[in-house]
Amino acid sequence: MSAGLVILAVVAIATVGFFVGRAKSLSSAGGDIRQLHSLPSYYGQATFLFAAVPALLVTFAWLILQPMFVASQISGMIVSGDIVEGASRTLVMADVRRIANGLDVAVTAGKLSETGIEKLNTASTDVRALLAGVGVAVASDVQQNILAAAKEFRTLTSTLRIAMAVVAIALSVLGLVVALTRIKPEYRARNVSEQAVKALLILSSLVAILTTVGIIASLVFETLHFFQLYPAKDFFFNLTWNPQFTGGSDLGFIPLLWGTLYVSFVALVFAVPIGLFVAVYLSEYATNRVRSIVKPAVEILAGIPTIVYGLFALITVGPLLRDYFAQPLGLGQSSSSVLTAGIVMGIMLIPFVSSLSDDVINAVPQAMRDGSYGLGATQSETVKQVILPAALPGIVGAILLAASRAIGETMIVVMGAGAAAKLSLNPLEAMTTITVKIVSQLTGDTEFASPETLVAFALGLSLFVITLGLNVLALYIVRKYREQYE
Amino acid sequence: MTDVSSTSSLLAVDDRTRRRNAAEKRFRVYGVIAIVLAMLALAGLMTSILTNGLSAFKQTFVTLEVYLDPAKLDKDGSGDLEKIRKVSTFGYAPLIRNTLQTHLDAPNMAVDDLSAKDAVKMISNESAAEMRRFVLANPDMIGETVSFKFLASGRVDGYYKGRVTMESAERDSNISPQQLMFADKLKDAGLLETSFNWGFLTRADASENRPEAAGLGVAILGSLYMMAVVLCLTLPIGVAASIYLEEFAPKNWFTDIVEVNISNLAAVPSIVFGILGLAIFINFAGLPQSAPIVGGLVLTLMTLPTIIISTRASLKAVPPSIRDAALGVGASKMQAVFHHVLPLAAPGILTGTIIGLAQALGETAPLLLIGMVAFVREFPGAPPEGLFDPAAALPVQVYNWTQRADPAFAERASGAIIVLLVFLLFMNAIAIILRRRFERRW
Repeated sequence: MSAGLVILAVVAIATVGFFVGRAKSLSSAGGDIRQLHSLPSYYGQATFLFAAVPALLVTFAWLILQPMFVASQISGMIVSGDIVEGASRTLVMADVRRIANGLDVAVTAGKLSETGIEKLNTASTDVRALLAGVGVAVASDVQQNILAAAKEFRTLTSTLRIAMAVVAIALSVLGLVVALTRIKPEYRARNVSEQAVKALLILSSLVAILTTVGIIASLVFETLHFFQLYPAKDFFFNLTWNPQFTGGSDLGFIPLLWGTLYVSFVALVFAVPIGLFVAVYLSEYATNRVRSIVKPAVEILAGIPTIVYGLFALITVGPLLRDYFAQPLGLGQSSSSVLTAGIVMGIMLIPFVSSLSDDVINAVPQAMRDGSYGLGATQSETVKQVILPAALPGIVGAILLAASRAIGETMIVVMGAGAAAKLSLNPLEAMTTITVKIVSQLTGDTEFASPETLVAFALGLSLFVITLGLNVLALYIVRKYREQYE
Repeated sequence: MTDVSSTSSLLAVDDRTRRRNAAEKRFRVYGVIAIVLAMLALAGLMTSILTNGLSAFKQTFVTLEVYLDPAKLDKDGSGDLEKIRKVSTFGYAPLIRNTLQTHLDAPNMAVDDLSAKDAVKMISNESAAEMRRFVLANPDMIGETVSFKFLASGRVDGYYKGRVTMESAERDSNISPQQLMFADKLKDAGLLETSFNWGFLTRADASENRPEAAGLGVAILGSLYMMAVVLCLTLPIGVAASIYLEEFAPKNWFTDIVEVNISNLAAVPSIVFGILGLAIFINFAGLPQSAPIVGGLVLTLMTLPTIIISTRASLKAVPPSIRDAALGVGASKMQAVFHHVLPLAAPGILTGTIIGLAQALGETAPLLLIGMVAFVREFPGAPPEGLFDPAAALPVQVYNWTQRADPAFAERASGAIIVLLVFLLFMNAIAIILRRRFERRW
């Protein structure tokens, strides 16, 4: 009986429980619904919960624990002589699993009977060819010992499966009976069902915390692993980045950090003035008509996926800058450069800066504007001397958030900034960033034991810490400012 | 400030006022310039994508009458499918060559220095495989003459889209001017035409040297699967979490932690979620690489904060009087929320969910890390098992194509972006309509 069938059976029992419970509650009150504490369907729901929840919990726990238990049992059967030179115990275990699976396939295909498996012997049959005949490939010829382990694996697994089905269904029926005996008119069935729903709600809100824990755990764990293979001092202070998959690589963080900050800086140089002026114009000068056209248009820029910006950098902006600036000025030959990525990222950040600043500027009380106009100031003087100083903390917060977005941005720099790690000031040269290197170290065939791969986790952790720091700072500033005018 | 004893009239504009007015005008002009720049950027982005990508929806086809020679395909004339299957795609190429030879021999069609062998190279490599599939499906057609609509090779296609010229063909080892001349003659004879390319939307990806056969089919299906996973997980989890935080959570340290957590998660760079997916779902849980289920899970975790934030906003927008009225007539708190507040907030929640999904659809970086960049030619199976098959995703397919050398793939990448943007436009339009039509203002 497969796990899916067990779950289905439990749900079916519980569903029956729902209807029986509902009917029983009504009959217990003599058909008078006013005698009941809760509506009849709540009694049904309570019965459903009693029948389903414990049985399903046990099933899931069983599904997780069973492979571990079987593995520890089988592992004892494999003597160290069975482990071929260069292989490890886990590889042999994988073989055992594959052979057992192959035997299952052979049985369903009708090429073997259960008694045939009992008699199966490596001396008389070529098990490897037999399994290949049903489409299961085994790496090497099967040894007697491993075949025995595989047989044991099969019997143990199937016994445990049956045990699981029996336990789960028994629990379900038990829950059903207990729930049904408890049904009386004064039984608070609604409270039971609502408690269960509330538990579900709380569990859902825990997913956010679990995600954070997962992020931090995976980053920190693998980073520590990396620092065991590569000294932390070199990672933070080495000035060269030169990974060699043959070993002896330089994995200095500084050039990547420099590239990241440089690209982000260029992006902010473009995005902040434009975004700020757009926000000021829209909130102080624009007529409603202009505002209703320009604001959604700017927000379209925010909804465009970053891969689109990346492609724009790759096929339009990059070649344009190379042909009209870099080559005539003799400053560079490549179409991917800090300036390319910076300009395109700046475009991406315009709506970010403008909509955040727009909110902040609109939050400045009208009375401050009126006071300034009353003293005879022009609109631009009001903006420069009253509104912007008042909104400054919020605007700084917006810029910090934009910077954190720029630092964490991936696709634009992957496609626009280049792959060479350099410490250079020339904005028309290709440079690389933290995110580009995370992508390049982790895509393709990766082996999780080499420092060249694990460095991506250290880079990821640095990125996480930098962006988190900027966000927390920005939120702190914005919140502090908001209190001033509320 | 102004000299009191000065004789200037209030009506005459003095120097200082003129300066201040000029500054005012300048400031306004800066604002207009900023808006114009932003609009120009948007326009530039759109025109760049459209001019580069629209041609991907058109493709050059060559219609050829091919005689399915029994001597080549079914040597002993038995019609046995097993034996026909043994003939590989190489066995089919000569049939195309024969047809082209008859065209070359026709009056006024011959081109100097062009043999039928060279002319075959003008037809996509995919054609022989296409013919083989056709013959295996209809073995009784052997011996007949069948009209096929073959894809022209990428270079010939590029010639009609202006990417390849006679001059560039001179230097190109994959195409010669003679072949292009023959293509022009075929066009005059009505055998070669450019028409709408459905294959771009339905075919699977193709290898490096046959860009003409590359399509988005697997990528669109993969993205669809991932969106289904994201929708099935984020909507219930997000709504449940928001209901708890907005309606039930007591004000204590635990709630504070959850809230701070959600707002921080919303700002974590997307690539970090990719690292999480790689470490937890693939390395720890042992799920397969480049499977839509893993992509869907990663994108779920990524969109969850967005959806929680927008759902909470729409729950908050339902006035407390609704809850009070429900409680007043004896509903429990749970009943008040599920029977009254949630239905009233539903349009807002749906709008937020669709916008969250649109965001997830365009996300690329985390998918690169979980192996979605792999070259996938097979369509994934039907769900739920198909969720574990390798598949591509729309934005990742774009990235994949930009990494290839042939410029025909750059066109395809822009075309794929157009498809992606159409999907996004469609989703956002639905969100806007929902909001306009159902959202209530209190």
